[in-house]
Amino acid sequence: MTVTIEHYLLLSAFLFSVGVTGVLTRRNAIVVFMSIELMLNSANLTLVAFSSYLGNSIGHLFVFFVMTVAAAEAAVGLAIIIALFRLKLTTNIDEINILKW
Amino acid sequence: MSLETILFYLFGSLAAIAAVIMITRSNAVISALFLILNMASLAGLYLILNAQFIAVAQIIVYAGAIMVLFLFVIMLLKPENERKFMASSPKVKIFAIFIAAIVFFQFAYMIFLGKPSSLVAQDVDASVQAGTVEEIGRQLFTNYVLPFEAAGFLLLAATIGALVISKKKFE
Repeated sequence: MTVTIEHYLLLSAFLFSVGVTGVLTRRNAIVVFMSIELMLNSANLTLVAFSSYLGNSIGHLFVFFVMTVAAAEAAVGLAIIIALFRLKLTTNIDEINILKW
Repeated sequence: MSLETILFYLFGSLAAIAAVIMITRSNAVISALFLILNMASLAGLYLILNAQFIAVAQIIVYAGAIMVLFLFVIMLLKPENERKFMASSPKVKIFAIFIAAIVFFQFAYMIFLGKPSSLVAQDVDASVQAGTVEEIGRQLFTNYVLPFEAAGFLLLAATIGALVISKKKFE
């Protein structure tokens, strides 16, 4: 019994679905954000698995860039959440509806 | 069972369980701590896949920098706990889980239909070579130098953007 690439892909698909569930069900903006990070991580796992099985480093480079973008996104997103909290005194996304009319 | 198999199932189940616990806890701090556990076990999986540089970067960047930022913001804002996972609007949640299950089964169908393991066989030497810092650094500074510079510029722009957005008022 050996570990094939399908094992990694299935685990990655499962983590992605859990991330989708988190984004759709949670009401706290910060936890929604963490679920998005989980989905990015599952995509990273797919890239690394393929890269390792193909013996090619391009997947690793892509993961490196995904990490950079995730860091930038986390910084800007949390700044937006702080600005929203200052305005509405809540992080519940049901109560943040200032873009609706 | 080889060591690789045992470690895969150990880290894989740890990652899956930590992810499920993360989305079901009502306290945001506990969610963040379980996300850190999930990321650490993913780093273990990267090590099994011979991706040394990515594993260390995962620990430093994700579990270190990004999650500290998240915990810092959670403790700064002190958001009130949500209600228990199924206590509020259970119909919407069941529908969301249904959607996520459809996504998962689509992925699983594609994976078992495509059978990538019949197309690629792991060449261990090439895989170890591809994951070293030397190889990734060489690629970053030769073929991928323009994306690398763009990533640096993106980080600068994000830093300035975060400062401007979270500043008290605009002058």
